[in-house]
Amino acid sequence: MSDLSITSRAAAAEEEREAALPRHVRGYWGNVWQRLRYDYVTLFFLGLIAVIVLSAVFAPLIAPFDPDKASMAHRLKPLFFHTNILGTDEQGRDILSRILYGGRTSLLMGIVPVVVATVVGGLFGVVAGYLGGRVGTLIMRGMDVFFAFPSVLLAVAISGSLGGGMINQLITLTVVLTPPLCRVAETATSQIRSMDFVDAARASGASTISILFHHVLVNAVSPVLVYASTLVSASILLASGLSFLGLGVSPPTPDWGLMLSTLRQAIYVQPVVCAMPGLAILITSIAFNLVSDGLRQAMDVKA
Amino acid sequence: MTTQPASAPTWRLQRPEDRGGQAQPMLIARNLKRYFPIRGGVLNRKVAEVKAVDDISFTVLKGETLGVVGESGCGKSTLARLLMQLQPRDAGELIFDGDPVGGTHGLSLRDLRRNLQMVFQDSYSSLNPRLPVEESIAYAPRVHGIDRAQAKRTARELLQRVGLRPEYFGGRYPHELSGGQKQRVNIARALALSPRMLILDEAVSALDKSVEAQVLNLLGRLKREFDLTYMFISHDLHVVQYISDRVMVMYLGQVVELGQVQAIYDAPRHPYTAALLECRLTVDPATRIEDPPLVGDPPNPINPPSGCRFRTRCPHAERICEERMPQLGEGRNAASSHLVACHMAHPGSGHSKAGAGAAVH
Repeated sequence: MSDLSITSRAAAAEEEREAALPRHVRGYWGNVWQRLRYDYVTLFFLGLIAVIVLSAVFAPLIAPFDPDKASMAHRLKPLFFHTNILGTDEQGRDILSRILYGGRTSLLMGIVPVVVATVVGGLFGVVAGYLGGRVGTLIMRGMDVFFAFPSVLLAVAISGSLGGGMINQLITLTVVLTPPLCRVAETATSQIRSMDFVDAARASGASTISILFHHVLVNAVSPVLVYASTLVSASILLASGLSFLGLGVSPPTPDWGLMLSTLRQAIYVQPVVCAMPGLAILITSIAFNLVSDGLRQAMDVKA
Repeated sequence: MTTQPASAPTWRLQRPEDRGGQAQPMLIARNLKRYFPIRGGVLNRKVAEVKAVDDISFTVLKGETLGVVGESGCGKSTLARLLMQLQPRDAGELIFDGDPVGGTHGLSLRDLRRNLQMVFQDSYSSLNPRLPVEESIAYAPRVHGIDRAQAKRTARELLQRVGLRPEYFGGRYPHELSGGQKQRVNIARALALSPRMLILDEAVSALDKSVEAQVLNLLGRLKREFDLTYMFISHDLHVVQYISDRVMVMYLGQVVELGQVQAIYDAPRHPYTAALLECRLTVDPATRIEDPPLVGDPPNPINPPSGCRFRTRCPHAERICEERMPQLGEGRNAASSHLVACHMAHPGSGHSKAGAGAAVH
């Protein structure tokens, strides 16, 4: 076999050009961060989420009043009524303090079920997508049973049978959020499975577990993560809805959905004050949605 | 061949030893079959099967390059996957360097994969987009128990060997490489276990012509440096002629002709091979092809024609072709290494042109 000298010179030239390019030092996540750094919208909302989370965590330090301290004299006062910046509710409790404390419950409802559902649903989805066949069918048809019901109806049904309370509400939300995450993970995995690099890994003699971790999971993680981040706001809304219906946390506990529920009777008296818990839900949802949108763009590998 | 090539560094995975000696073929395939079931109906029962690889036998000699050609869908890639054990074979026997593959006493899958590796066709999907290329290369040695630092050194050394400077390319992701560079990485990855044989499944088909030539040169150089045996699958007859020692022509899941590259390209004996060779384009405008030598699509492999599978498109088809399937190498004299599955090449088969001569243009 003779060497074609012209083409080998062309190869050398190409390599020279390539050599002039900077070498790579950042890993995948480094690249994601590099792209996020210049996405000011996403960064702003990321900061907003941080503020919301921190103010919920440090609610006892920030809140001007005890969220449970009622005052019959100061019921349903408007915004900026003396020291009650966001007014008071139907029992004269400070709305701002209740929103700060309520954020603890609502954010817990938004984040914990999504994290648990991502792990559980993702695991089932990856296994179903990779193995396919009977195991895959079994898992996915099982998930389809949950899919058959609208998510709110399903949440109400599960909550109704489990009863109220925070733990039961967390369980309900997790069960409702698991099937969609499982489906996303399954779709991503079955696409990855048909790629040649998985076959190449099999051909190198790697075990199924090793292939799943090194080749499948790393590729399935970004679609799943992006989808999960959109579910945070959905989960907060669903939790608020359950509390609104009386299937969530019980009344003295401050919770955005519950506050909205009780204040709605006073909507003709103090409409702006009544909307405040709803505003908190809205801002948090928008922040999570926009961050997930930015995350999706930053995690797109071909950007 | 029994000695290690002098250039092999000691820190790499030890090259599996030559067990059978020089005369033992590297790979013997006997009566390989792979039928894909087609399921349908309410009970999901098997209603038909696609005979993707139907009773194929051949040998690959040590140190040679066996070219495999045929139209799309003739079972070339399925054959590669069967040999790689990426798909189970339905029947048949594989013998690698004298050891049967599989079974209780045979060569284990792990040992086979140390010896036999594959370069995939699609250079894009055959690299993990989330791994820097040197980690893709280092993965196989890691699987076989080499520690991280050594595997990385292996990867970098191999990048160097395939013509990519590791300090510039090692940390890159596949989408940051060109098609030719990706295919070089794929070749390096296949070499990471120090195999003795490579299956190259359309390894250069997706590349443009100048890059293709570079990669072909690279393959030739690596073959000498690493003392490799190649099975080169392609639909490009020019490339196969350039790189191969022997050629195997496939049609509809079967081997129709097998022989030395010179013998097949100079005097094809199967009408299908002859037609394929006539399809090649030349650079001389005076010898342009006016009529297509081969018309129509290959028949449906679910329900292949009776007898000879090529008879529906063969200009020489007769009744005997319909009645009996010609066997590869039937009726040849014992000394000939040129095997054909055609009644015309078999004196006494009953075909009117049987024994009429070598070429059937």
